[in-house]
Amino acid sequence: MDNKQAQKASLGGRLASSEAFLSVAASLICIVIGLALGVLVLAIINAQHAIGDGLLVILQSGSKSARNMGTVLANAAPLVMTGLSVGFAFKTGLFNIGAAGQYTLGAFGALYCAIVLQLPWYLCLLAAMIFGALWGAIPGIFKAYLNINEVITAIMFNWIGLYMVNDIMYGKGKSVMYDLTTTKTYSLRKIAPQSMIPSCGMSDLFGKLQSVTIAIFIAIFFAIIIYIVLNKTTFGYELRACGFNKNAAKYAGINDKRNIIVSMMIAGALAGVGAGLYYLSTVAEWNPQVSTALPAMGFNGISSALLACSNPIGTIFSSLFISYITVGGTKLSTQYYTKEIADVITALIIYLCAFSLLFKNKIRALLAGKKRAVTIGKGRE
Amino acid sequence: MFLLMKYTLLYTVVLMLVALGGMFSERSGIINIALEGIMVIGGLVGVIAIQMIPDGASAFTVVLVSVTAAGIAGMLYAALLAFASINLNADQTIGGTALNMLATALAMVVAKGVNGSASAKLDYSNRAFIYDFGPLTVNVFLFIGIAVLLLSYFTLYKTRLGLRLRACGEHPQAADSVGINVYKMRYIGVLVSGVLGGIGGMAYIVPPVSSWNFEVGVSGAGFLALAVMIFGQWKPFRIFLAAVFFALFKSLANIASSTALVSLGWTQNMYNMIPFIASMIILAFTSKKSRAPKAEGIPYDKGSR
Repeated sequence: MDNKQAQKASLGGRLASSEAFLSVAASLICIVIGLALGVLVLAIINAQHAIGDGLLVILQSGSKSARNMGTVLANAAPLVMTGLSVGFAFKTGLFNIGAAGQYTLGAFGALYCAIVLQLPWYLCLLAAMIFGALWGAIPGIFKAYLNINEVITAIMFNWIGLYMVNDIMYGKGKSVMYDLTTTKTYSLRKIAPQSMIPSCGMSDLFGKLQSVTIAIFIAIFFAIIIYIVLNKTTFGYELRACGFNKNAAKYAGINDKRNIIVSMMIAGALAGVGAGLYYLSTVAEWNPQVSTALPAMGFNGISSALLACSNPIGTIFSSLFISYITVGGTKLSTQYYTKEIADVITALIIYLCAFSLLFKNKIRALLAGKKRAVTIGKGRE
Repeated sequence: MFLLMKYTLLYTVVLMLVALGGMFSERSGIINIALEGIMVIGGLVGVIAIQMIPDGASAFTVVLVSVTAAGIAGMLYAALLAFASINLNADQTIGGTALNMLATALAMVVAKGVNGSASAKLDYSNRAFIYDFGPLTVNVFLFIGIAVLLLSYFTLYKTRLGLRLRACGEHPQAADSVGINVYKMRYIGVLVSGVLGGIGGMAYIVPPVSSWNFEVGVSGAGFLALAVMIFGQWKPFRIFLAAVFFALFKSLANIASSTALVSLGWTQNMYNMIPFIASMIILAFTSKKSRAPKAEGIPYDKGSR
C-alpha cells in the first residue's frame, strides 16, 4: 500500500512540474467556474429554466445538428486566426489588442480584391494577410522607435482603421463595393464566386451550409506553422527571447527593434487572414455603416488566446470551444433568455484566466503536497 | 453654431469625467483599460434608476439618485479590476479587456431582461437633466464636470491623499518604505476612476437622447477618453483642454452634414478619425518626455522592496 501511495505521489509530482498539464488544468478550472457563474446568471434571470433550457442548450446545441456543427466550424476558423494573432504577440512579450483593427484591414483587403479586382480566393487571402500585416506593423514601429506602449497605439489605430475602411467601402453610398439593396458589401456568392474559398465537399457534410469551407483547415495549418516557428526555429527563439527579457536578448546580440516590428507584423498578418477566412467563406458581408463597434472577432481572439495560454495548438481547441458555446447561446429560447449570455460566460472565463497563474500555483500545491508547494510558490513570487 | 457648442460641451464633459477617472487610476499605478466597460455599466444602472424613480419626483431627486446609482455601479465594477490587479497580481490589461467584453454582454442581457423583450433598447426621460439658457441647452453634467475638475486638481496636488496616490504610481517601493499603504492607495485610485467612469457613462447616454440601445455599448467613448488622458499627460487641466479638442471633432462628425462645413466634402468618418490621428502625432512627438506614471502596469510586490 505504501508503494502505491508513493507511486501516486510521484505521478502527482510529475504532473505538478509539467507546465503543459498545469496550463490545461488551469484553463479547465476557468471554464468550469465560468460556466457555474453562467448558470448563476441564468438562474437570476429565470431560475426555473436555468439548467434544462439554459445550460444544456448552450452545451448541446453546437453538436445537435450537422448544420449547427457547420456554424461552429465556420466561426471557429477566423477565431483561431485572431487567437493565434494575439497569442503569437503574447509569446513575444506584446499585447496585441489591435487584432480587431488588423482584422478590419484584412477584411478590406480581401473584399477589395474579390469584388473590385475579381481575383481568385488565394490572392484575396494573401491581400488580407498583407493589409493585416501593415496595420500590425504600425504599433510595432511606434513601440520600437518611440517607445510608445503598443496597447495605446493599437487602440488608436483600431478606430482609425475602422473609420478609414468604412469610409472607403461606403464611399457616400457610391462605392463600387457597396450594395444599396442590402446596405452591406456585395455578396461574393452573387458577383465574385471565384473569390470564395472552396468548400471541397465541406458544406455537403454540414447540412448544405454554404459558409462551411476549407477555412478551418487553413486555420489549423497556420496554427501548426506558428507552433513550429515559435518552438522549433532560431527565428522564433529570438522573438520569444525578446518577450522574456528585452535587455538580455539585446545583450545576446538579438536585434530587438526589428523583432518587435516583425512580431507585430506577423500578428497582424494572422488577424488579417482571419478576416479573409470569414468574409471569403461568405459567413457574412461587411456592413460599412456600423462605425460604433469594432469587429468582435478581434476581441474574441484575445479570449481564445488567453484560454489557450497562448499555445498555438491550444488555440484551435479554445476557439472551437468559444465558437461552440456562442452558437449554443444563439439557440437559447428567446422566451426565457437572450443569446448574449454565451458572451457573458466567455467574458467571465477570460476574467478568470487573468489570474490563471494563481490557479496553477494552487493545483501545483495540491498535487505536490504542501511542503514542496510552499517553496515553489515562494520562488514564483 | 449653437448646435456645435451644445455637442462640444456635451462630449467635453463626458470625455473629461472619464479621463479624469482614468488619471486617478493610472496615477496610483493601475492601468485602467476597462473605462469603456465601466461607462457601459454606469450608464446602464443610471438609466434603469431613472426608469425606477416614480414620476412625481422632483428633478433634483431624479438627478441625485440616478447619478449616485451610476457612480456606485461604476465603482463596484471597477472593484473587479482592483481585486484582480491588486490582490491577485493579474495582468492589468488583460483584466481590463475581459471587463470590457463582460460589460457589453452583461448590459445587453440586463437591458433585455428589464425590457422583457428581444430588444436591448431602453427608453427613459431625460428632462430632469437638461436646462435651457436662451438658445443654448446645457445639461446638469456640465456642473458636475466643473466641480469634479476643480476637486480633482485640488485632491491630486493639494492634499496628503493626492501626494500619496501619486507616489504609489511613481515609486511604490519608496512610498511603502515611508509607511504608505500601497494597496489601499491603488484601491482608492481604481475605485475613484470607477465612480467617475460610471457617471461619465451616464453623461454620455442620458442627455442627448431619450432612448439608448445597449447593443453598441458606449461605442468607443471609453477608449477615446483613454486617448484624452494620454493627450492630457495625466494632468487635470491639460485633460480638460484635450477633452475640448477631442469633443470638438467628435461634434463636427455629428453635425458636419448640416452646416456650412458640408462644402468641404468631408465624411463623418474623417472627422471621427482626426482626434485619434492627432493624439498619435502628439504622442510621437512627446514620447521622449512622456509624463506617464513610472510604475503603472506593474503589480506591486512587497517582497521586491
